Amino acid sequence: QDLSLPNGTPVDTSSPASSSSLLNRLQLDDDLDVETRDLFVTVDDPKKHVCTMETYITYRVTTKTTRAEFDLPEYSVRRRYQDFDWLRNKLEESQPTHLIPPLPEKFVVKGVVDRFSEEFVETRRKALDKFLKRITDHPVLSFNEHFNVFLTAKDLNAYKKQGMALLSKMGESVKYVTGGYKLRSRPLEFAAIGDYLDTFSLKLGTIDRIAQRIIKEQLEYLVELREYGPVYSTWGGLEVELSEPLEGVSACIGNCCTALEELSEDMTEDFLPVLREYILYAESMKNVLKKRDQVQAEYEAKLEAVALKREDRPKVPTDVEKCQDRVECFNADLKADMERWQNNKRQDFRQLLMGMADKNIQYYEKVCIT
Amino acid sequence: MEDCLAKKMEITVSEAEKRTGRNAMNIQETYTAYLIETRAVESQSEGQCAPVDSLWRRYSEFELLRNYLSVTYPHIVVPPLPEKRADFVWHKLSADNMDPDFVERRRIGLENFLLRVASHPVLCQDKIFYAFLTQEGGWKEMVNETGFQLKADSRLKALNATFRVKNPDKRFTELKHYSDELQSVISHLLRVRARVADRLYGVYKVHGNYGRVFSEWSAIEKEMGDGLQSAGHHMDVYAASIDDILEEEEHYADQLKEYLFYAEALRAVCRKHELMQYDLEMAAQDLASKKQQCEELATGTVRTFSLKGMTSKLFGQETPEQREAKIKVLEEQIQEGEEQLKSKNLEGRDFVKSAWADIERFKEQKNHDLKEALISYAVMQISMCKKGIQVWTNAKECFSKM
Repeated sequence: QDLSLPNGTPVDTSSPASSSSLLNRLQLDDDLDVETRDLFVTVDDPKKHVCTMETYITYRVTTKTTRAEFDLPEYSVRRRYQDFDWLRNKLEESQPTHLIPPLPEKFVVKGVVDRFSEEFVETRRKALDKFLKRITDHPVLSFNEHFNVFLTAKDLNAYKKQGMALLSKMGESVKYVTGGYKLRSRPLEFAAIGDYLDTFSLKLGTIDRIAQRIIKEQLEYLVELREYGPVYSTWGGLEVELSEPLEGVSACIGNCCTALEELSEDMTEDFLPVLREYILYAESMKNVLKKRDQVQAEYEAKLEAVALKREDRPKVPTDVEKCQDRVECFNADLKADMERWQNNKRQDFRQLLMGMADKNIQYYEKVCIT
Repeated sequence: MEDCLAKKMEITVSEAEKRTGRNAMNIQETYTAYLIETRAVESQSEGQCAPVDSLWRRYSEFELLRNYLSVTYPHIVVPPLPEKRADFVWHKLSADNMDPDFVERRRIGLENFLLRVASHPVLCQDKIFYAFLTQEGGWKEMVNETGFQLKADSRLKALNATFRVKNPDKRFTELKHYSDELQSVISHLLRVRARVADRLYGVYKVHGNYGRVFSEWSAIEKEMGDGLQSAGHHMDVYAASIDDILEEEEHYADQLKEYLFYAEALRAVCRKHELMQYDLEMAAQDLASKKQQCEELATGTVRTFSLKGMTSKLFGQETPEQREAKIKVLEEQIQEGEEQLKSKNLEGRDFVKSAWADIERFKEQKNHDLKEALISYAVMQISMCKKGIQVWTNAKECFSKM
């Protein structure tokens, strides 16, 4: 059986010509301006829906494009988390050698988090928006058929059912994941990537814990500060001449409390989710590596089989090799992407932290004593 | 402060030294001795440096001096000593009396005490104080010879005992109430501040972990490596900066503590007034009752129920001679009593006048000092924040180069 994709979507052709054009596009990625882009997607306007069976949130997904693959220049549809999840699964199935951006976590394990609270919904919306934007920016994924449908279909559920039917007929997608071939050894290059990803996840995990610890300490500090300020006020009540300065101190401490609260909130809402997203990313990259291993294993096994059976089955190895090439290609690209993204993300975070430190300070500078 | 000692003489407590010696019970003990250096100011204007006199004193001698001053000048709000034992510590700070930081802060506190006394218009003229600064040997004997311990009213030691005073000066009652509240609020403030310092310490120190993890992470990165590494360094700097910041804040805490103890001194003056008033009222009451007795004996009427009345009914009345004798004794006592009452009244009024004058002086000093303390605290906070801005700006730059 051909190792092409189960649902019939052509993986960007197996010809070397397309690979190089792909590479070209990858380089173009670096200089991608807003002007050269022809597809814009946004996620906004969360709305709560209350039905008899369940309550859920939908988000508005707006698309603006000049691409030929789309019938209209503009679309606006409503999607819920389930739909995004479906999209991601479809992408993974149909583009197994590509790295699919991660989704925000499906279930919130922390227990007491309100799924419908403003903060949670906003955090999720931002993550979903980022998810779609990353796909949009991707030279291959953005042309995926399922993506197109996701952005345009009025009734996504109907399409989903269709897809399910096809799937049950095919059952090919399963093959990729449970190949069952044993890989002898990972080539050095990929082993290095694997090691890198392991350490990377570990370090990010540590940073996540540190950040959480800092937030916790800040909140405890906040508790004490909240008691501290009013004592100055009480004292001010006792005094005559000193009452103004003392009240001033009390007020300033109050301001500091507010600023600190904001800082902690921002860290929780903006910084931590991105860390976690990258950890998920690393996980999914590792899965791609494993798949790649699978593919290579199959290739090697088939080679052996050829050697033993002396059969001429050039098609299979070629396909597999092409697969490998692609993986290499995209792995490298996406890794480079990740670096860039990380760079910018970090700047954003620190700007955020800095901004918060600044706010803190501005409040302090408002200390009106004298 | 026209003629105070502080203007004529430079006083410093310049050093502290650990000593071992035998105490009154002949037990070996370790204590800290402080070096007091004094130098006359005038001769400096002539371009010459006057010689520095110095002597060593230990904390217990300072205590003796202060006790002497408190008893000898009950109407003065006597400057307090730095705390005997470290209180209001946050976890990093040592509560050990021998800890060098504690000793250092105490040295500063003792110097401050001496300067306060030397700048006080009344206290600076005291001979015992002068001798404390200049005469090493025999000072203790000199103090004890003043017999001040006898003057000390043991009733003052019972801090919370109330005296039923009918007509206290309202200002003193209010002032005592104020000093109680002040003590309470400053204690509370110091306690919370210590907890705040503790927490802040925690926040800063955890950031140090960033330093380590960034360093480890930079090892596996190519382009991001340098940026991460240097940013990590800044996180370490940030974490380390809290030690200095909190040490500076201790100075503010010490200033607050001084006024916490000053509140006690203020309260003591109020108590003294209360006691004087109580004695006065008791004396007046005693006098009134004696007068009444006299009258009763003279007129032979017993107006109120008394044991005398009872016994005379039971055992028969006294002879006129006996009665005369008693009346005479009473009249003498009454005269004495009236003179005493007069002098007590005068004493009381004088006390109120001079105490209130010193209290006004104290109030001004307090407002001035505390205002300055609050300002410098604010300045400290601003500087702390500026340092924070600096560190994060540096870190940001490192990140931008990633």
